[in-house]
Amino acid sequence: MKGYAGKILEIDLSSGNIKETKISGDILRQYIGGRGLASKILWDRLGSIWSEVDPLGPENILLVLTGPLTGFAPGGRICVSGKSPQSNGIVGSTIGGEFPIDLKCAGYDGIIFTGKSEKPVYLLIKDSDIELRDASHVWGKGAKETVLALIKEARKEFESRYRGRGLLKEPSMLYIGPAGERLCRTAVVSAKWSHAAGYGGYGAVMGSKGLKAILVKGTGPLPEVHDMEKTMECVNRIIRASLSMEFFRRWGTGSGGYEVGAGISSEPVMNWQEEWHDEKSFGVDKFEPFWVKRFWGDYGCATTCLKLSVINFGPFKGSITDNPDYENQAYLGPNLGIFKPEGNIYLTALIDELGFCGIQTGNLLSFAAELYQRGILTREDLGGIDLNWGDAKAFSELLKIIVERRGIGDVLAEGTYRAALKISEMKGMDVTKYAVTCKGIAIGAHGIRSGKDYPHYVSYPCSVQGGDHTSVAYIPLDHGNSELNAILYDSSVVCWFNFFSKEAQEALWGLMEAVTGWKITPDEWFNVMARRILHIQRATLLLGGPDLKWDPRVHDDVPQRWYEPLTKGPYGGKAVDRNRMVESIKEYYGIVGWDENGVPKSEELKRLGLEDVDKKLEAVRESLKNDPSRP
Amino acid sequence: MWTERSPIWIYRNYINCSGCRRCEIACSLSHEGKIWPEASRIRVFMLVPGIEIPHLCVQCHDYPCVNACPVGALSTSRETGAVLVDREKCIACGRCIDACPGKVPYIHPRDNYAVICDLCDGDPKCVKVCSEGGWNALQLIRGFVGYSAKLYAKTPEEITKDLARIIYGEEIAGEI
Repeated sequence: MKGYAGKILEIDLSSGNIKETKISGDILRQYIGGRGLASKILWDRLGSIWSEVDPLGPENILLVLTGPLTGFAPGGRICVSGKSPQSNGIVGSTIGGEFPIDLKCAGYDGIIFTGKSEKPVYLLIKDSDIELRDASHVWGKGAKETVLALIKEARKEFESRYRGRGLLKEPSMLYIGPAGERLCRTAVVSAKWSHAAGYGGYGAVMGSKGLKAILVKGTGPLPEVHDMEKTMECVNRIIRASLSMEFFRRWGTGSGGYEVGAGISSEPVMNWQEEWHDEKSFGVDKFEPFWVKRFWGDYGCATTCLKLSVINFGPFKGSITDNPDYENQAYLGPNLGIFKPEGNIYLTALIDELGFCGIQTGNLLSFAAELYQRGILTREDLGGIDLNWGDAKAFSELLKIIVERRGIGDVLAEGTYRAALKISEMKGMDVTKYAVTCKGIAIGAHGIRSGKDYPHYVSYPCSVQGGDHTSVAYIPLDHGNSELNAILYDSSVVCWFNFFSKEAQEALWGLMEAVTGWKITPDEWFNVMARRILHIQRATLLLGGPDLKWDPRVHDDVPQRWYEPLTKGPYGGKAVDRNRMVESIKEYYGIVGWDENGVPKSEELKRLGLEDVDKKLEAVRESLKNDPSRP
Repeated sequence: MWTERSPIWIYRNYINCSGCRRCEIACSLSHEGKIWPEASRIRVFMLVPGIEIPHLCVQCHDYPCVNACPVGALSTSRETGAVLVDREKCIACGRCIDACPGKVPYIHPRDNYAVICDLCDGDPKCVKVCSEGGWNALQLIRGFVGYSAKLYAKTPEEITKDLARIIYGEEIAGEI
C-alpha cells in the first residue's frame, strides 16, 4: 500500500506486551486511516459490547492513527480516538505537530493501546526499538516540566545508545497533563506547549490507562508514494492556495476574537447569554504585541496560522501559549467576561499547562459562573471563590480545584453536561438549561442564532461528534463545511485549515490518488465511504452507555439557550426557530439515510455492507418504538 | 585568503523560523528523492517547543571537518564554498562530527557516509521555500562572508539555550 508505513503497533498496557498488527489493503481502501480506520477498529473490537464499555475503564481502546496523506499534505496531523468519555460514542480528534511524521518514519501508521498500566508509564519508540518506561517522576507534572524532562531524558538515552553517528533530532511527543491523570472529562492529549486533541476527552482515557506520554523518533523516510512528482504538484497547489490567504496567515484564527463577536455576532459571551460584543480592546491587533513568533506552524505547513505569545511582565507574567487561537480567545475571553488579551493569554496558558481543553473547559467555567451569577452556586459551594465575570484569577482558582477534584471541583471535573445533571440533583432544580452542549460535548465558539456564521440548524444536533465545530452536519452533504468532508480530512489525516479554498479542496482528491494510487471519486466518497464511517459513529452514539444514553428525539437538538433571542447587537431579537429546527433535522435524516428517529436505516446499512451494525441497531429501533413517553 | 572563500552562504535568523520544516522536505526530496527528515542536510531541531533551530553547515573559513578526515573524503567546492563528501571514500568514522564546533555532520541513517550540506551546487532549495513562505529564517548571501561564519557553528543546545533565555526566561532555558 502506497502512502502507508504498513504496520500498526499494538501495546497492551496491562501486560506490557508489544506487537505489530497489519491492516489489510481492503480495509484501508474502505476506511483510509485516522477517524475512518478508528471507527472500523473500534466497531470490530467493541461494537458488540459498546453500551457496557466504560470509556475510562481498561476495556476501552485508545487509538492514535495517521492517514496516508499525513506528512505529505501541508501541516502534520494525527487522529486520536477511542470510546469518548464525553459522548460515549466515537470521536475523531486530530492534533498537529511532527509526532505523526516521526511515527511514520519509524515504520508505523498508528498505535493501539489496550488495558491499563499499574504504574505510570511512557512509551519510547526509536524506529523498531520500543520500550515502556517508568513515568512516576513526571506523573502529576504540568506540560512544561513534562515536555522538558522527557525530551531531555530521551535525547540522553539516544546519545548513549546510538553513539558515533552524530546528533539525532529530538523525538516528537504526545502527553497528558494533570487533568488527564485525574480523569477530568475535559482533558486533552497534548503536543508541544499548546497543541491539543481536544474534542472527545481522550486525555482522560490516556490517564485512565496510566499512560503519561508517547515519544517517537523515526529515522527512516516517509513511506513510498504512488507518484512523487504528482504528489508534490498537488502539495504545491495546496501551498499556493494557502499563501494567498494573507489575512489568515498574518492573524491566524485569532482575528475572529473580535470579528466573530462584533461582526457576525456568533461568539459566546458570558455562557452564551449573548453572542455580540464590540470591545475593541479584544481585537487581534491588541494581541500582537505579545507575539514573540509571528508565524508558527507544524510540519510542512505554509499557512503557519499559529503565533507564539509570551507575557513577560505584569500580574500574568510567565504565561506561554499560542495566539491564542479563536476558540481559546472566545471561550476563555468574552465567554468569561474577559475583554483584555492578558487575562485571556494567562488562562489559555494555564489550560495548556494543566492539560485541559480550552473549549470544553471554557464552557464549563462559564456554566459555573452563570450559576454563581444566578445565585444557584454560592461562594460556599465554590469553596470560597467569588466567581465574577471578567475575573481571570478567580477562574484560575476554579481550574485548580477542578484538576484537584476538590469540593465542587469534583463535580465539575465531569464536564458541563454531567455536572449539570449532578448539580440539578443537588439543588433540586433543572440547571441543564444553562449547559451549552450537544451529546455531552461543549459546542465550539460558533453560534447559529445570528445566521451569519458557517454552522446551520442541523450542524450540531445531527453531528456524530456533538458540539464539535470542526465536524458539523450540513446540507448538502458534499458542501465544504459538511461532516462528510470533515471525515475526509480526519481520515486522510490532514489539517482542515489548509483546505478552505476550492482549489485546495480539488487538489486533495488528486493528492489522494498521487499518494495511494487509489482513484477515489467524490461520488464514491460522499455516497459510500464517508457514509460507512458516519453511520458507525452514529451507531456508537445511539448505543451510548454505560452512564448516559442519548435519545435522538430529545438530544438531537441545539441547547435550550439558543431558543432564547439574542438581546443586543445587529442581530438582537434573533433566536432558533423550533419548527424550522424540527423540519431541518428530519430533512437531514432523510438525506443521510437515517429513519424518522435518526437511526441509520436497515437498507442503507445493508447497501454499505454494514450488516453487523444494522443488527446491533435493531434493539435501538425497538426501544425507540416502544418508548412513546418521549415526543 | 578571504577572497578564496565561499561565494554563497546561507544566513539564518532562528527566531524567524516558523518550524514548518519545508526546508527539510525540499532538501530531502532534492537529495534523496524522498521526504526524509533525518536525512535532510538541513535539520530543524526543536528542543523546546516554539524554539526551532534550522541546523546546517556554516562553512567555517578553516574547515576543521575537512582537515579532520583521515581518508580525504571531504573537500571544498571552489564555486560555492560548500563541503563536499565523497561517499565512496567516506568510512563513516565520525571524525568530522567531532571536529565540527556545531556538531552539524551526521551519519546517514541508512547508508554509511557523513551528511553535510552541499549548497545544492549554488541554488539551495531550502532557502527558496523559506523565502516563498515569507519567513526569511534562511537567506542567501552572495559573496564575502569572512571569519564570522564560524560564530554560527554552534550545537542546537547552545543556540536553543541562548534563544530560550531571551524568549522564555532563565527557568525554561535552564532545563534544556
